Amino acid sequence: MGKAELPLHAPGTQVDRGYIGESVPRPNAQRLLQGRGAFIDDLRLPRLAHVAFFRSPHAHARIKKLDFEKARRADGVIGVFDGRAVAEYCKPWVAVLGHLKGIKSPPQHAIAIERACWQGEALAAVVAESRSQAEDAVALIEAEWEELPVVVDMEESLQNKTTIHPELGDNICFNRELDTGGVEEAFAKADVVVEDTFHFGRHTGVCLEGRAILADYNAAEHSLTVYQATQAPHMMQDIFSRHLGIPEANVRVIAKDVGGSFGIKVHVYPDEMATAALSIMLRRPVKFVADRLESFLSDIHAREHRVKVRLAVSKTGEIVAFDLDDLTAIGPYSVYPRTSGIEGNQVVNLTGGPYRHQKYRAKMNVVFTNKNLTCQYRAVGHPIAVALTEGIVDLAAQKLGMDPAQFRKINLIADDAYPYTFPSGLKFEQLSHHKALDLLLKTMEYSKLRDEQSRLRQQGIYRGIGIAAMIEVTNPSPAFYGVGGARISAQDGATLRLEPTGMVTVMCSVTEQGQGTEAAFAQIAASAVGISIDKVKVITGDTGVTPYGGGTWASRGAGIGGEAVLLAGRALRSNMLDVAAAMLKMDKTELDVEKNYVVNLLTREKKIDLAELGRVAYFRPDTLPLDFQSELTVTRHYTPRQYAFAFTNGIQASLVEVDVETGFVQLLKHWCVEDSGTVINPMLVDEQLRGGVVQGIGAALFEECVYGPDGQLLNGNLADYLVPMAGEMPDIVCAHIETPTRQSQLGAKGVGEAGTAGAPGAVMNAINDALLPFNARVTAMPFTPERILKALKKV
Amino acid sequence: MEHANDITLTVNGTRVSRRVPARQHLVDFLRDELGLTGSHIGCEHGVCGACTVRVNGEIVRGCLMLAVQADGCTVDTIEGLSDAKELEALQKAFHERNALQCGFCTPGMLMAALDLTKKNTKVTREEIRAHISGNYCRCTGYQAIVDAIEEVVNGQG
Ligand code: FES
Ligand code: FES
Repeated sequence: MGKAELPLHAPGTQVDRGYIGESVPRPNAQRLLQGRGAFIDDLRLPRLAHVAFFRSPHAHARIKKLDFEKARRADGVIGVFDGRAVAEYCKPWVAVLGHLKGIKSPPQHAIAIERACWQGEALAAVVAESRSQAEDAVALIEAEWEELPVVVDMEESLQNKTTIHPELGDNICFNRELDTGGVEEAFAKADVVVEDTFHFGRHTGVCLEGRAILADYNAAEHSLTVYQATQAPHMMQDIFSRHLGIPEANVRVIAKDVGGSFGIKVHVYPDEMATAALSIMLRRPVKFVADRLESFLSDIHAREHRVKVRLAVSKTGEIVAFDLDDLTAIGPYSVYPRTSGIEGNQVVNLTGGPYRHQKYRAKMNVVFTNKNLTCQYRAVGHPIAVALTEGIVDLAAQKLGMDPAQFRKINLIADDAYPYTFPSGLKFEQLSHHKALDLLLKTMEYSKLRDEQSRLRQQGIYRGIGIAAMIEVTNPSPAFYGVGGARISAQDGATLRLEPTGMVTVMCSVTEQGQGTEAAFAQIAASAVGISIDKVKVITGDTGVTPYGGGTWASRGAGIGGEAVLLAGRALRSNMLDVAAAMLKMDKTELDVEKNYVVNLLTREKKIDLAELGRVAYFRPDTLPLDFQSELTVTRHYTPRQYAFAFTNGIQASLVEVDVETGFVQLLKHWCVEDSGTVINPMLVDEQLRGGVVQGIGAALFEECVYGPDGQLLNGNLADYLVPMAGEMPDIVCAHIETPTRQSQLGAKGVGEAGTAGAPGAVMNAINDALLPFNARVTAMPFTPERILKALKKV
Repeated sequence: MEHANDITLTVNGTRVSRRVPARQHLVDFLRDELGLTGSHIGCEHGVCGACTVRVNGEIVRGCLMLAVQADGCTVDTIEGLSDAKELEALQKAFHERNALQCGFCTPGMLMAALDLTKKNTKVTREEIRAHISGNYCRCTGYQAIVDAIEEVVNGQG
């Protein structure tokens, strides 16, 4: 049997999986380890100019006058431009989607014209020979303002006392209601009803590399090459083309090394669009790299939800119904092109996700405010849906006097109940909640921990154990964005080329920001073709080179791009065997490829070195039959279709110790059991989980973009905005269940967001478990010492 | 013209002389003047550690030191220490354990880790975590980094 030939999950057969399932170190990590990567800010081009932006100091103000006189005369300045000047080269956008009914947002310009709607919005651009000269000149811009009323609080925004965009009628960007019916009756009849309100702070991605773009317009060709730290090069190619008026074929987007993205670098940012427009205007390359302070003001923020949830439960512990009311604020514009309606939408879709109740009602409002924009950041909506579900579930268990693990056992959807349709309409192909719960309890030695917890409580040490079960959207089909009219590709493609030396070059439309997609593709390609992994070279992140595709977002890279690589690898192998059969005058079915050789299928005897095959195919095709043409470059694509999403499931647990005198939480350990289908590289999967968990812990304990009543961001720097540091993070134990998706031959689902989705809920439940003896409870993230002491009534 | 100074220093074993603006910090100098782009800029206010380089044998934050202050100093960056193989064991352990994802923090992290190996004593995981707490990593969750450093430091110690 050839390498990785059947579906990898074919029941009852032995499939040689090759490198799939092996913890192979990432070949592309070597350059990063030596500081020899190529991040955008590392690139140097002739005549490169640098842009810095004049950003609004006010959250909401009319621009009465901008005076560029002094700035224009400053050293090194090439040009100073306002919104009107840039708008002549860059069309504004409106971020709505057809399938989010009623969503509205005003047109947004690359540089704001007339009015600033959040503190940090770019109002003018200064291009100079160096970034420091550009910054110096920004400081010389003089502005006159008329300050406008500021809407900061989302409840106030909903009441619509001040309408931010009067032309839209009110402050509601989007709302949605969902009702399966029978919810009122279920609550009326329920033995137990629990209710709570959860608050989720606004936070942001803090990619260690700021957003970065270098746009290089070639006036002679009317072409634009954009080097950009982006997750979605083809999406950006389309957007640059349409908004800057350059034929798509003349736009090339190249994403070299990207210093973290987490969803931050998948959106259209006005300052980046302006940079591309400035390159056209000035007919020379222009670079913009967001420094840390402007990152806080202009990278998308996320979350900021207030959610009321009610749960109806029978006295035997069965969940009967969920009732949800979510309010979220997104800043003054919906973000292009994905919109800012998706996170709230996900909360509605996913709440109660792991459990087998059938009655569900949800109401959700997305409102505008005068703060920085929010949009999709790692795990979009999941951390909220998971935490509020798991928080209310724990409260119900507590009220019934039931162990939280036992309560989950009763309510998790049975492992044999699939395919399963969830009340919100989502369809699950196959999940493994019970297996995951059992594995978690065993791995963490749950009952031992409970014993230890009660023993320590006697000594005045307050430990808590928190569990959070979850489902997660991965491998999205066109149902996510495409059906709404967004030009965001749900399919991906891979091209594999056998080189004359017997090497294989893989070009894939999915990008790499450190997750290890390139390593996973190398493993898949090597396995499918039958070669050793050192013979594979992977190229991603260049619209001029790779097939068309969506890129990296929504945990789709390995599952969708990986399948395309697998299919292309098998096709290449088959074409290689055609060449070999012609060379050897044998039948193709008698041959196979193994360890860089064509071998006899039965005897495994080595027949031809692939370097020899390549030599003949490329340099001596005259020795092959007259009617034979070798095809040693193949391309395959893959689109998930049967299900809107390949849902994964997982469950996490957190062990914390709360110092009830200081309010400090010490994380002692964290467990994460995940079922993401076929695991291609266990080490990389575990590292994705761990990194994700730590970002989720950040949200739970530290991270919040704090705004004052005037709409000023109060902690927009890395000293005041806390991100997790090595010293305070626990060791994280990962374990796996593998339920491959049968929608693909590879069977892989996504994993990049799982950690972030589940960790906040687990940590919250652990803290509340620790606080139980004090009858205290926290529900507003981040759980700062101050909030914990308040709950304990100590401050 | 802004205030500028002449400086001469040894960077990765090579003597260089430049006229630098007084306000230019060391990483900007290394990156923009010398093209040594392996030292990264993550915050420019001394928090993240991405800019960590070695000056006269001690690790410093390159964004908190001015280029003029490095006059007469010996500066080592990730590029130089990689070529000199000083980082080899750490780089190997980082690679094998996937102690990096995007790699943006990695040069600074390796500098901090190398500093710990120089102490020649065994360390606990807590000590490693404390030692690298001034180096932010947004991707890995730190555990693999701690594992890799532990392997190298305690392997030698
Ligand atoms: S860039 Fe120097 S510490 Fe962050
Ligand atoms: S690997 Fe990305 S910041 Fe550390």
